[in-house]
Amino acid sequence: MRATVLVRPKPGILDPQGEAVGSALGHLGFEVRDARVGKVIDLEVDAADAAAAKATVEQMCEKLLANPLIESYEIEVTA
Amino acid sequence: MASPQPRIGVVTYPGSQDDRDALWALAALDAEAVPVWHGELELPDLDAVVLPGGFSYGDHLRCGAIARFSPATAAVRAFAAGGGFVLGICNGFQILCEAGLLPGALVRNESLRFVCRDVPVTVERDDLPFTTRCTNGRRLVLPVKHGDGRYLPPPDLDPAQVVLRYVDNPNGSVDGIAGICNETGNVMGLMPHPEHAVDPLLGSDDGALLLASLVDAARDRVLAAI
Repeated sequence: MRATVLVRPKPGILDPQGEAVGSALGHLGFEVRDARVGKVIDLEVDAADAAAAKATVEQMCEKLLANPLIESYEIEVTA
Repeated sequence: MASPQPRIGVVTYPGSQDDRDALWALAALDAEAVPVWHGELELPDLDAVVLPGGFSYGDHLRCGAIARFSPATAAVRAFAAGGGFVLGICNGFQILCEAGLLPGALVRNESLRFVCRDVPVTVERDDLPFTTRCTNGRRLVLPVKHGDGRYLPPPDLDPAQVVLRYVDNPNGSVDGIAGICNETGNVMGLMPHPEHAVDPLLGSDDGALLLASLVDAARDRVLAAI
């Protein structure tokens, strides 16, 4: 199974990277109201089905992949 | 009777950089400085532990996020739970936060720039094993060198846990917090580097006040055990 984890800075946490990206886009003439920078983690996991894969990846997020104080995460599982 | 020499361990992780300076500074302040490899399942007989600065595991994922799972970190957790004194400096502070031994998180500097300079900080707790040689309000000049030093406290942080505050905030830390302790006061983390400031030739010897406080407290533990 392929799983993709999206890790985002939580709302309200100052994201200077996002601000720098938003400002650079502004200089290029794009109108951007807000930009936030997170990260993507692609995983290959062995699991019986999508639900089992998601449950495993959720444990990975809780233990290591995201820091719950400052980050939120979203998991997408594809076969 | 000669006063006993306390044994203070310094944990070396893959990517630690300031372990040797910490060992050197502690020895100069009359402790027996004991190198500890991160793969050790148990700590040797120690009276205090220092987690040094550097870039453990290349700062991959988040600073300190992987060192948190080193065997020695589990041993340090048990040591702290028994009341042992633990000091985390810079990356050591990040590891203690990731491990949940200290509250909060350290994230990218607000400026997105690596800061490397001497900064003044103010002592707000002079009653800890790390600060007894200081008095509240005392200003210390200590070097900082980090890209991820912006401290974000949890919403429920007790203000009494703030030990050091920047005079001029170099990284955007909330309320200028430079160093904190746990609720019981036996674990402390700070971003500035006291081990790089133990001799006037290095620009400042204010760091010796913090490290010598730890040596004093560790020695008192030895005496209490005799």
